[in-house]
Amino acid sequence: MLETFKHTVDYLSTPTISFSILTVVTPILFPPTDWFDKINRKFGFYLLWTKTGLVAAMAAITLFFIIGYMDKNFNVILTKADNFPIVLMVYSIYYFTWLAMHKAYVNDERLEKGLKPSEYNDPDDKVLVWPDLVYIEFIALILFTVFLVVRSILVAAPLEEPANPASTPNPSKAPWYFLGLQEMLVYYDPWIAGIVLPIFCVVGLMAIPYMDINKKGDGYYSFKERRVGIFIFMYGWIVLWLFLIVLGTFFRGPNWNFYGPFEYWDAHKIVALNSVSLSEYFWVKLLGKGLPDNILLREFLGFLTVGGYLFVLPFVLAKTVLKDMLEAYGLTRFVALMIFGLVMFSLPLKMYLRWVANLSYFISIPEYFFNI
Amino acid sequence: MADKKNKSILKTMGESQIWKSIIRSGVPRTRRQRMHAVLGSVFLHLHPARLPKHAVKLGYTWCMGGLSFFLFVNLTITGILLMFYYRPTVEYAYTDIIDLTEQVPLGIMRELHRWAAHSMVLVVWLHMLRVFMTGSYKPPREFNWGVGVLLMTMTMFLSFTGYLLPWDQLAIWAVTVGSNMARAHPFIGHEGPGASLLAIGDINLVHIGSDVRFALIGGRFVGEATLLRFYVIHCIAVPFIMMIFMAVHFWRIRKDGGISGPL
Repeated sequence: MLETFKHTVDYLSTPTISFSILTVVTPILFPPTDWFDKINRKFGFYLLWTKTGLVAAMAAITLFFIIGYMDKNFNVILTKADNFPIVLMVYSIYYFTWLAMHKAYVNDERLEKGLKPSEYNDPDDKVLVWPDLVYIEFIALILFTVFLVVRSILVAAPLEEPANPASTPNPSKAPWYFLGLQEMLVYYDPWIAGIVLPIFCVVGLMAIPYMDINKKGDGYYSFKERRVGIFIFMYGWIVLWLFLIVLGTFFRGPNWNFYGPFEYWDAHKIVALNSVSLSEYFWVKLLGKGLPDNILLREFLGFLTVGGYLFVLPFVLAKTVLKDMLEAYGLTRFVALMIFGLVMFSLPLKMYLRWVANLSYFISIPEYFFNI
Repeated sequence: MADKKNKSILKTMGESQIWKSIIRSGVPRTRRQRMHAVLGSVFLHLHPARLPKHAVKLGYTWCMGGLSFFLFVNLTITGILLMFYYRPTVEYAYTDIIDLTEQVPLGIMRELHRWAAHSMVLVVWLHMLRVFMTGSYKPPREFNWGVGVLLMTMTMFLSFTGYLLPWDQLAIWAVTVGSNMARAHPFIGHEGPGASLLAIGDINLVHIGSDVRFALIGGRFVGEATLLRFYVIHCIAVPFIMMIFMAVHFWRIRKDGGISGPL
C-alpha cells in the first residue's frame, strides 16, 4: 500500500508529468477567463482557498513529509540542513497564497454586493503608531528572533569536507534559490538560462506596474478584478520559479538525472540522451542530405522559427485576436507585454518540445556558442 | 512628600532630566505625547505618527517588509561578530569556521547568520507576493516596486556570495556552478555568443583570462582571489548599495502616500 503510494508519487513527479499537471491546474486555480472559472466551480477547486481546504492541504503536505522522512531514500535529501528552507518554503508559500486568495474571495463577494473591501476604514479614523504598530513590530521581531535562535540551536549549519577543486561532487548544485535557473539549463544554453532569462525575470518584474493598466484592486486583496494579471504572475512564480526549485532540490540526482523522491540515487542510472537540433531534423532527417557548410543556410529554419515567434507573432496577434488589447494598451505597452510574455512562455514551450520531439535547439551554432 | 512617594518608578524616571534629554517627550501617555514619541525619534520617524486601521493588521501586511528589514539588521550584527573570527584565505577559512562552533563560547553565531539569510530570501519573496496580491505596485507606487525588485535581487546575490565563505565542498561547487553561467554571457563571457567577434585579427579580446567571469571570481577558477573578492562583495559592497536602495525604498513609501489601501 505504502509502496504503491511511493511508486505513484515517483511516477507523478517525473518532470513531464508534474509540470503538465501544474500547467493545467494553475489556470483552473487562478482562472483568467470565465471558461476556466466554470471548471473551477464545477470541480470545486475554489475549496482549496477555504478554511477546510487549508487544513486539508496542510495535513496532506505534512503527511507527505512524514512519509518522506521515514523513507530511507527521501530522508537523505530531506534532512540535508540546506534543504530545510525548501520545506519551509513549501509550507509558507502555500499558506500565504491561501491567505491572499482567501481574503481576495471575501473581498470579491463584498464588491459584488456593492460593499467596500474589508480593508476599508473611515479615513478619519486612524490609529497611533505608538503603541498600535510599534508593539506589533516588537512582538514580530521577538518571535522571529526566538524562531532563529531555536532553529540555530537545533540545526547545525551544514559544513562538508574542506573545498577540493579536484573532486567534483555529483550532483553539484547551486544554492537552493538558484536551482530554478540550474533546472532551466537542461532546456536552454547557459547564455539564455543563466543570463538572458534572469535579466528578463528582473526587468519583467520591474515592468509589471507599467504594463498593468488595470486600475482596480489597488490596496486590497482581490481576484476577480485582476484575474488575468494574477494568473500570469502565479504561473510564472509558482510553476516556472518555485516548482523548478522544488524539482531541482528533491528530484534531481547524480548527472542531474531525474529521480523520484522515494527513489535511490543510483549514479549509474542510464538515461537516453539523443536530442536533435532543428537543422538536423530538417536537413538530415527530412531531406536526407548532410548539413550545409554555410551556417546561415544550415540554420535558416531556426532563424525563421525564432524570428517568427518573437517578431511576427506579436504582429499577427495585434492584427487579429488581440486587436482590442493593442488599442487599450497602446503600442509601447503592447510590445513590452508581448516580448516579456513570449519570452516567459518560451520556457514551457521549449520544455515540451524537448520532451515530446527531442528537440535540442531551434538555432544551433556551437561554433559561436549561439544556441537557442 | 506623600505625593512623591506614590509616584511609580517609571513616572519618576520619565520626568527626570536624563530621560527627557534622550526621549524628548517623556513617557508617552497622552495622544499628543505618543505622536511626539514617533515624530521625535530618528528610528521611529520612518513611520508616520498615525496610520489607517488596516495598516496595523497582520492579515493585510503579513509584517513581511518589516521582517525583511529586521533580518537585514540581524544579519549585519551577526555578520560583524563573525568577522572577528573569520579570515578569508584558503589556508584559514575552513578551520576558522570549525573554530566558530568548537572554540567560541555559545557558538551558534554562524547558524544564526545562515538561517537568517535563508529566511531573508524567503521573507523577501513573500513580501513581494503580498505587495502583488494587494495591487500595491499600482500608480503612484510603480517606481518603489522596481526598487523592491532590485532589493530582492541583491538579497539573493548577497546570499550567493556568502555561500562561498565557509570554503567547503558545498560552497565552492555551488559557486562554481553559479559563476559558470557568467562564462556564457553574450559578448563579455568567453563561451558566450558573440565573444569571438570581439577580436583584433587573431587576438581574442574576450578569453578565459579577461571575461566577465574572470572579473567576478578574480581568476580562471574559484580560488583564493574568489574568496577574497566574494568576502568584500558580501561584507561591504552589496550591503552598502543595499542600504542606499533601502533608504530610497522606505522614503518612497512615505512620499507615495504611505501604505496602500482601498479608497
